[in-house]
Amino acid sequence: MFEWLHDLSSWALFDIFGLAKESHLGEAVHFFIYDTIKIFILLILIIYLVTILRSYFPVERARAYISGKHKITGHILAALFGVITPFCSCSAIPLFLGFLQARIPLGVTFSYLISAPLSDAVVIALLLSLFGWKIALLYVGVGLLIAIVAGLIIGTMNLEKEILIEVKPVDVVSFNEEKITFSNRAKEAWEYTEDIFKKIYLYVIVGVGIGAFIHGYVPADFISKYAGGDAWYAPIIGVAMGIPMYSSAAGILPLVEVLTQKGMLLGTALSFMMAVVALSLPEAMILKRVLSLKLIAIFFGVVGFGILLVGYLFNIIL
Amino acid sequence: MKIEILGTGCAKCKTLEAVVKEAVAKSGKFVQIEKVDDLMEIMKYQVVSTPGLVIDNKVVSTRRVLSVEEVLSLINERL
Repeated sequence: MFEWLHDLSSWALFDIFGLAKESHLGEAVHFFIYDTIKIFILLILIIYLVTILRSYFPVERARAYISGKHKITGHILAALFGVITPFCSCSAIPLFLGFLQARIPLGVTFSYLISAPLSDAVVIALLLSLFGWKIALLYVGVGLLIAIVAGLIIGTMNLEKEILIEVKPVDVVSFNEEKITFSNRAKEAWEYTEDIFKKIYLYVIVGVGIGAFIHGYVPADFISKYAGGDAWYAPIIGVAMGIPMYSSAAGILPLVEVLTQKGMLLGTALSFMMAVVALSLPEAMILKRVLSLKLIAIFFGVVGFGILLVGYLFNIIL
Repeated sequence: MKIEILGTGCAKCKTLEAVVKEAVAKSGKFVQIEKVDDLMEIMKYQVVSTPGLVIDNKVVSTRRVLSVEEVLSLINERL
């Protein structure tokens, strides 16, 4: 898909600027230029298309749809809606309360809250173009499974009393969608894409920069020996590293790409990425306004455990 | 007329508030503007994705940052 870009950047760097092709510097710079442009093109395209698609599935509609569904169905639906509806961690609280207000059970609400950042449609599309459909599909499947099972577990623990503010249920959950023309959706999606791009392009450059350095200077067996390999504790280190980091998955993916090329097992790399997006300290701070520490700890514990399992699973089967 | 901006304090909510103020100033009409950041108040309107825009107790938009022109036409429609 991107051979032309690879050739173009080779031509520019090695033939025009005369950089030595086989040198560490040449390798690193070439990788940096090529990968930055590639990720930028992918990001803009993917975010734009996904945003247009998403404008047809507002959270309000998802909420109206999930409310009143049978329990297990509710968990599955909530996890699926997590993939297609837009989610921003700054509206995590209104979203959370809004779900409870519609009498959607706590466990089902968590299924949504876990699935939304974890199985983000932009991330899935990026995975698809960087790693192929098998890995993308596996990631979605496992992400949904974590969201469903974690929600089910939280649902059985009777934690309703850990919600710190009183939620008054509403009787009728209605949703009247405004009529929006396609050209409006397209225009809005473009504005949103610009907005997101401005927010994450620096992360991408830094991520690819670190990646380029590793690519050019760090021998492959170094990473497989120390940071990856089949050491049993590797996924644990991945998750522990991921939680305090706050970046969108789109920003962290370039790094994941390089780490795996250099011998980190994919499971470890994905656990790291999932921890970055699904378990962020800033989100915990936001949720602390409405949930007890105990519930947040359980939430992090259950999801963290699920992510670890994914790491081990991917490491074993891939 | 009363316009309420529902939001818990994210960047988009602040942008929308600024847009509404500009639109009201341009309209030259007497409009009361209120920023609602109390969660309970927001939930009364059943708004799940912020920012939300409420005109005379009716939700007219959620999730989006409207343009000044859009808010202006919403105001003019109702006066």
